[in-house]
Formats: sequence, structure tokens, C-alpha cells
Amino acid sequence: MLNITKNANGNTLKIILEGRLDTTTAPQLEAQLQDALGSVTDLKFDLEKLEYISSAGLRVLLASQKIMNKQGTMVISNASAEVKEIFDVTGFSDILTIE
Amino acid sequence: MKQIKVKADTAELDNVLSFADTILEELGCSVKAQMQIDIAIEEIFVNIAHYAYPEAEGEAVIYVEPGDGSSSVTITFEDEGIPYDPLKNEDPDITLSADDRPIGGLGIFMVKKSMDEVSYEYKDGKNRLTIKKSF
Repeated sequence: MLNITKNANGNTLKIILEGRLDTTTAPQLEAQLQDALGSVTDLKFDLEKLEYISSAGLRVLLASQKIMNKQGTMVISNASAEVKEIFDVTGFSDILTIE
Repeated sequence: MKQIKVKADTAELDNVLSFADTILEELGCSVKAQMQIDIAIEEIFVNIAHYAYPEAEGEAVIYVEPGDGSSSVTITFEDEGIPYDPLKNEDPDITLSADDRPIGGLGIFMVKKSMDEVSYEYKDGKNRLTIKKSF
């Protein structure tokens, strides 16, 4: 179960993820991002309420980072200690901007 | 030891996780270890669902066995699909930049990093992947 909330303001898009980003739910986020990233230059993910992330979720974040590297910036905020550890183990801490 | 037999289909992932989580909660598993174990289950089960039975439907059996003193758990995944040892895959290079990193290849790597033991055997026509985690 994943709730995706999108707040768009000009070229800024904030995405709040709540629940689990896994094999079942990652395609939902991927589809929403495909529609939404067009002219976005400032992408923010708020992960405060994200409880779980597997490699399927990491794939979507990496794909987003690749897109944003071409057209702007991407920042991840409020990740829990457990999610941060996943970023550390996979080297994502070095390639994502995590605050 | 408890077990669940399901179709090797990603639609069964939530059933497998519920089955394991119920046991892990009874054992008093920490939130962190439970997330790591859930991730391992997801990565391994999804691999089986995607690759074990390329031409037909098949099944997977998942065995969950609490360790002595209930502070660890051993989980075994068994399928009768094509012989495949996911542990043989080369680890991804996690030092590459975002632009250079391939999308994917992280699943089994995360399992190896977060579990205490991971082993594979092919025996009697079955793939058996076993993970062990203390918590």
C-alpha cells in the first residue's frame, strides 16, 4: 500500500510518499512520475511516512535521479533511519541528495 | 517450522510477507530486522516469480524456522523451476555515479548485505535458497 501525494508549484514538484515502496507499488509511482516530471526543475521527495523500500523502489528513485540530472535537481528529505540505512548499503547515499 | 505454498507469482508477495511477518512479530523481531527480512523475502520471491518458471506456472514453498532462543530466524525458499543460483551474480558497483549506474541488479546484493547467512543449493530438482538473520 502506497499513498502518493503530489504538490506542484510552478517548476517545483513535491512528492510525499506514505506506506511501502515495493514491487507491487513501485509501478504506480513510476507511472505518476512519467506524467509529472515534464517541465519540473526542482523535485522533492518527502519520505517521512515511507515505511519500507525494496530494490523496486530504489530503481524508481534512481530513474528519477537520472532524469533530474538532465533537467534540474532532486532532493530527498525526512527519510527514517531504516530507509537511510538502505540508501547507505546500496550506495544511494552518494548519488542521491539526502537531507 | 511453518511453511506456506503459493503460486510463483508476484501477486502472492503480500501473502508471503504477511505469513512471515506474523511469525516475526511473535518472535519479537526488531522493526529494523523485520524490514531487512521483508526486503530479503521480497527480492528472493520476486526473483522466483519472474525467472523460475519461464514457460509455465509453478509454485514456491517458503519455510520459516525460528532459531534456538527465538532470537533468529531461518527462511528457506524452494522452487522446482530452472536451476538458478542468484548468489553467483556479480555484485553491482555501488561507487558509480547516478548516470552510470544501471537500473537494477540491487535486489540480491541487498539480501547478501543485510542477512547473516545466505546459501543456495540445487538438490532433487529443487532450487533451495536459505537466509538466516539474528535480531
